[in-house]
Amino acid sequence: MRTLRPTLIGAALLGAALLGAVVTAAPARAQEETEPSVNWSFSGLFGTFDRAAAQRGFQIYNQVCSNCHSLRQAYYRDLIGIGLSAQQVKDLAASKRFPALTEDGQPTDRPGLPSDHFRDPFPNELAARAANGGGLPPDLSVIVKAREGGPDYVYGILTGFIDAPAGFKLMPGLNYNKYFPGHQIAMPQPLRDATVTYIDGTSNALDQEARDVVTFLTYIANPELEERHRMGVKVVLFLLFLTGLSYAVKRKLWANVHH
Amino acid sequence: MVGLFHSDIKNPVLRWIDTRLPILTMVQKEYGVFPTPKNFNYFWAFGGLAMVTLLIMIATGVVLAMAYTPNTTMAFDSVERIMRDVNYGWLLRYAHENGASMFFIVVYVHMFRGLYYGSYKNPRELLWILGVAIFLVMMATAFMGYVLPWGQMSFWAATVITNLFSAIPVVGEPIVQWLWGGFSVGNPTLNRFFSLHYLLPFVLFALVFLHVAALHITGSNNPLGIEPKGPQDTLPFHPYYTVKDSVAICVYFIVFALLVFFFPNYLGHADNYIPANPLLTPPHIVPDWYFLPYYAILRAVPSKLGGVALMFGAVLILFVVPWLDTSKVRSAKFRPIYRVFFWVLVISCVVLGVVGSQQPVGIWVPLGQVATAYYFFHFLLLMPVLGKLERTLPLPESISHAVLGGGPLPNGVAAKPMEKA
Ligand code: HEC
Ligand code: HEM
Repeated sequence: MRTLRPTLIGAALLGAALLGAVVTAAPARAQEETEPSVNWSFSGLFGTFDRAAAQRGFQIYNQVCSNCHSLRQAYYRDLIGIGLSAQQVKDLAASKRFPALTEDGQPTDRPGLPSDHFRDPFPNELAARAANGGGLPPDLSVIVKAREGGPDYVYGILTGFIDAPAGFKLMPGLNYNKYFPGHQIAMPQPLRDATVTYIDGTSNALDQEARDVVTFLTYIANPELEERHRMGVKVVLFLLFLTGLSYAVKRKLWANVHH
Repeated sequence: MVGLFHSDIKNPVLRWIDTRLPILTMVQKEYGVFPTPKNFNYFWAFGGLAMVTLLIMIATGVVLAMAYTPNTTMAFDSVERIMRDVNYGWLLRYAHENGASMFFIVVYVHMFRGLYYGSYKNPRELLWILGVAIFLVMMATAFMGYVLPWGQMSFWAATVITNLFSAIPVVGEPIVQWLWGGFSVGNPTLNRFFSLHYLLPFVLFALVFLHVAALHITGSNNPLGIEPKGPQDTLPFHPYYTVKDSVAICVYFIVFALLVFFFPNYLGHADNYIPANPLLTPPHIVPDWYFLPYYAILRAVPSKLGGVALMFGAVLILFVVPWLDTSKVRSAKFRPIYRVFFWVLVISCVVLGVVGSQQPVGIWVPLGQVATAYYFFHFLLLMPVLGKLERTLPLPESISHAVLGGGPLPNGVAAKPMEKA
């Protein structure tokens, strides 16, 4: 037992040192303004997606963002995960047209299926840039994982459009955004108060719209999140039990050894 | 020695095997009754944890490879496919990705443990050297693995790191092109990195086998750094340390699980979720956290060749530590001055890690230089000189003796391992 104290101190020091290294290793953010910190339904150990918010978010994506942004990694069937029925998903997919070939090899199009990936708004990058004044709307499938700050950052972008401060030289075709690095973004402000009308009567203020679409995009980036959280809780509880058990066995076994 | 083995095993089938190939007796000898110092603390569990992690990496990696596509136009999407369409693919991938981080945490603790308790000293030099070789191969494996998802950081880290070789005079450029298989990081690079990333873990496995074989010749060191004097100082590995290591593994898995299930992307870099784009350099290229100290050393001097030499030197220097440290006393417990400098080394490594994560401007530059200087000072000057000058504390007569803290044991009364020593 007498060897335990220095060991514990050593372990604590080393642990703290390593942890410190890991924590501070997150690279410095280049942004001048830190994005707002939103209280999301999906954060925390027990977080789940607010289904209604995610569905409203899909409505926004479908009506607004999908004009410019693809969601290439996602399938229409993923919408079942936020509470749409199989029939709704089928109808929705069928309302989109996909390029196909006729039996004699002529180009044509066909209705979409639930197993199709979300359709790209543009046939290629050149077309996307041409339609956006040279800017390229990025694919949004994993956008909340692809930016430091994640959902908070995307929420910040959507709510961060303001008039450029006096003296700021905005390049033609670009817009001022508080949270975008460098502040000049090629995306015109996509959401304002009442851009969409919700059938469930929820407020369509900008703040609500932004929260909803970010909830949807977070679901699309992490469709496994709820299963992961559920499984994680079970695994950790089981391991805690196992730790207790093995520690008890160890204590018993070592009880007669002086070490 | 040709001839059948005289096995003590009773079961006829097992005996039949053991007579022809005595692996069962070997396992019993090396992992059953193997005499192990009885005074280990939990730092001695980290070798086992590293072994467990290697097995997890190989198991998850082999299954990931079944769904991964090593082609620049498909790699990123194939990783997303693993996350979304493969059954429990997200679990495999997050376990593999965070497993790499856990691996380095465990191995770094394991190495600092060795440095603190002088485990590299005679007769364990070769054991230590094999460990450093494992560390080198691990770094190569992790670097190439990081390239596979073909995100922005994959591509640009590969570009920056392979370009380091161009600092070598005359042959530098040809070497870099040979590594790339072309004139820039591209599809041939990705293909060979995947091939090597699959191969090297098995090389690691072989090295680990040799590492453990060497350990079983010399026996383990222990927190006192003195050799066991007899059976009263040791315990059979099983059940004492199999059970104690199980406790450590459970705790380790809890930390691992918290990362995988709740913070799977915490240690990663957001930019790696952006598909690789050779035309768009990210504003801030950084390697994975476990390479940051080396990245800081690389940038500590204004010359490219100098930085590369220092960085490789920082790892290679570990090979000769057994000869740099001139002290006859192993454990830092009995080296009051070395003990303090040990912690200075730990702190300077942490500082280097932080510096590596920052842009090389302002205070970070001199800070990185001071920490780098200390790192080399510690090994090249302090270790040889302090070993000669330091007045060490008196060593206990034996492990049991130190534990009991009483007078010397009566001569010839050797306790059996299970008795109270
Ligand atoms: C008129 C076309 C258009 C619409 C509609 C649009 N965007 Fe964009 N978006 C763009 C363009 C162009 C960019 C690239 C901006 C740049 O790089 O300067 C962009 C960039 C972004 C970015 C990335 C910002 C960054 O950090 O790089 C996000 C996030 C984003 N859009 C979200 C949305 C969401 C959510 C919607 C729907 C509410 C939406 N966009 C609607 C054109 C559009
Ligand atoms: C020493 C053990 C290993 C280490 C340290 C290691 C490290 C890594 C790292 C850091 C990544 C990138 C993770 C990411 O960003 O997704 C990776 C990916 C990968 N590794 Fe390993 N690996 C090891 C063993 C293996 C083995 C044995 C295999 C297969 C036989 C394997 C197959 C893969 C595959 C297919 C990927 C790409 C998929 C992905 O990105 O998730 N790895 N590895």
